[in-house]
Amino acid sequence: MTAPAAQFKADAGRLSADLRQRGIIQTAMGKYEVVRDQRKAGFQDWQGARELAARTKFQAVNHLGQYLEDLASKLEARGTKVHWAGTGAQAREIILAILREKQARVVVKSKSMTSEEIHLNGALEGAGYEVVESDLGEFIMQLRGEPPYHLVFPSMHLTRGEIRDLFAEKLHDAPSDNPEDLTMVARRVLRQKYLQADIGITGANFAIAETGMISITENEGNARLTAALPKTMITLVGIEKILPRLADLGLFLPMLAVMGAGQLLTGYNTLYGGPRQPGEPDGPEEFHVVFLDNQRTALLADAEQRDALGCIRCGACLNVCPIFPNVGGHTYGTTYGGPIGSVITPHLRGLAEWKHLSDASSLCGACSETCPVKIELHHHLLQNRRNGAQAKPSWFQKTAFKIFAAVANNARWWSLVTKLARVGQVFQKPVKGTALDPASVWTKTRDLPPVAKESFREWWKGRK
Amino acid sequence: MSEREASFARIREALSVKAVGHDGGLPSVIEQRGVLPAVGSADEERLAQFRKNAADLRADFQQFPSEGDLMARVRELCQVEGWKKIATHNGKLAHAVAQSLGVPVLNTTEGYDKHELAACDAGMTECDALVAQTGSVLVTTLSAGGRALSCLPPHHIVVARREQLVPDLPAALELLQQKYGTNYPSMISFITGPSRTGDIERILVLGAHGPKKLTILML
Repeated sequence: MTAPAAQFKADAGRLSADLRQRGIIQTAMGKYEVVRDQRKAGFQDWQGARELAARTKFQAVNHLGQYLEDLASKLEARGTKVHWAGTGAQAREIILAILREKQARVVVKSKSMTSEEIHLNGALEGAGYEVVESDLGEFIMQLRGEPPYHLVFPSMHLTRGEIRDLFAEKLHDAPSDNPEDLTMVARRVLRQKYLQADIGITGANFAIAETGMISITENEGNARLTAALPKTMITLVGIEKILPRLADLGLFLPMLAVMGAGQLLTGYNTLYGGPRQPGEPDGPEEFHVVFLDNQRTALLADAEQRDALGCIRCGACLNVCPIFPNVGGHTYGTTYGGPIGSVITPHLRGLAEWKHLSDASSLCGACSETCPVKIELHHHLLQNRRNGAQAKPSWFQKTAFKIFAAVANNARWWSLVTKLARVGQVFQKPVKGTALDPASVWTKTRDLPPVAKESFREWWKGRK
Repeated sequence: MSEREASFARIREALSVKAVGHDGGLPSVIEQRGVLPAVGSADEERLAQFRKNAADLRADFQQFPSEGDLMARVRELCQVEGWKKIATHNGKLAHAVAQSLGVPVLNTTEGYDKHELAACDAGMTECDALVAQTGSVLVTTLSAGGRALSCLPPHHIVVARREQLVPDLPAALELLQQKYGTNYPSMISFITGPSRTGDIERILVLGAHGPKKLTILML
């Protein structure tokens, strides 16, 4: 078993027994489900909207080169500096070079999963810069020294009491465990950081090819301030974030809001088309956009799973997945958790090490059914299983299926095996799930249905 | 080969294999409008819809028959909240209203000190549009005195005119294209309610980083 697979198994075992954490996640999900469904019902035709969104993303992803050219030239025309990073290391180096040139000290960041993907904070801190996450959930996780728990709700597994204790320890300021008081503590601390920061780093939700703009969705106003106050703004964008036209936002902004957090529209949806322009009162003097590949083109090359690049990171597939609330967000060991993470991580970080994630699925299809851009998530999980088996066949699986096929194709053997099973199950019962049970891996956590006393063929033969 | 060229070469190579899927092409705005949340056809209905959305978002929305009434309401807010200094920009209406209050006014239009703006009790801006479908206020660097004025002070006051109400997001995006052509302001923002967070136990708190209050006053 590979190290990530062993870690997954150990953590999943531990967390699925952690009823307290499961309870917290379930409560949060319960609240989400109610508002999400209300908002979906507000659409005239939600299924139709999914179809239109899927068409838009299909067009964007399958003409990625052309749209990226448009986007980059439009951005450059208005004074934005565009950079290209093939790998995470290249992206980190590009950003570090900007920080060095600007002689920066304090960096304020708004929420960006792509920056998590390339472990940007560690690299910047390692080089001596002070890096501050400004999204409240991300700020909390940064204080804890942990990666975000969920794509959209980074600190959803924590209680107010835990957050109060954290603030008391790290900030020496925790008046109570009231969420409002705690939020105001963070507001005060971070407001000072905004005023000090030399550099603002953001992610991107969409990148509009037609007009050369970066679209950022948020509720707190932290990305707005990150893009307004520091003299230099850096935006890290995965190359797949393309939307062809400004008009596409009319559909995507409300769909992201509904699926992400059950809102009609997220608090701030903001477009950035360049640094401060002549005649404008404020904004950064320099705007850098770093386009990141980091194996996205490997996923693009897989025509079967290419649609996974249409993902808008709303987190809806995690929220409906029967696995996620039971194993928790950190168990995946990936930047992107849940079904979408299990689909794309083998492409981004290697099939051999990450194929086990496709087994962490009941293949119920809830993820595919909820996905606002209609990614065939559970099919892709099966395809990853197939690809994993083809790349490194397991002699045990191959032999087992050969024997099964031989038995199932032969009526005599089949009847013999089912008769033996009736006897076998009597002996299996007392040792079920223990080391003596040959099927213990399976039966430890599952009940085997009893073999019928009489098979259909026997009944048919014996009927009067 | 530069990394830019290498990226495009990888993309070309990857896309040499065609995918099957949702290849119906980019949807039209008519198709979008057929699926999005419905908007009333009459102006009155849209106004009611904006009012309801604003209330759900905990924004304060009020209408006034005249500039004088609107100014009286802002004076009242100024007294109740005890504003010592406010910020605004060279919008005709916003500027006139701010000047009428008798408190010091920071004008951001020609540039400003960020510490001074952060110390203001309220930021008063105009806007490009109000969106009935979502209860949003559409602002840009040009219509709202820069990037920070509508976000940094704890209370954002928007002064708008009735004719600025548009039905839906597609209409607001069309308006941007018509108004600015290819020379867009460097920041365009749909503000939907006051700043909010639910990051602690999914409990709603207003005023995470941006304004704790959003007041929309319509003439």
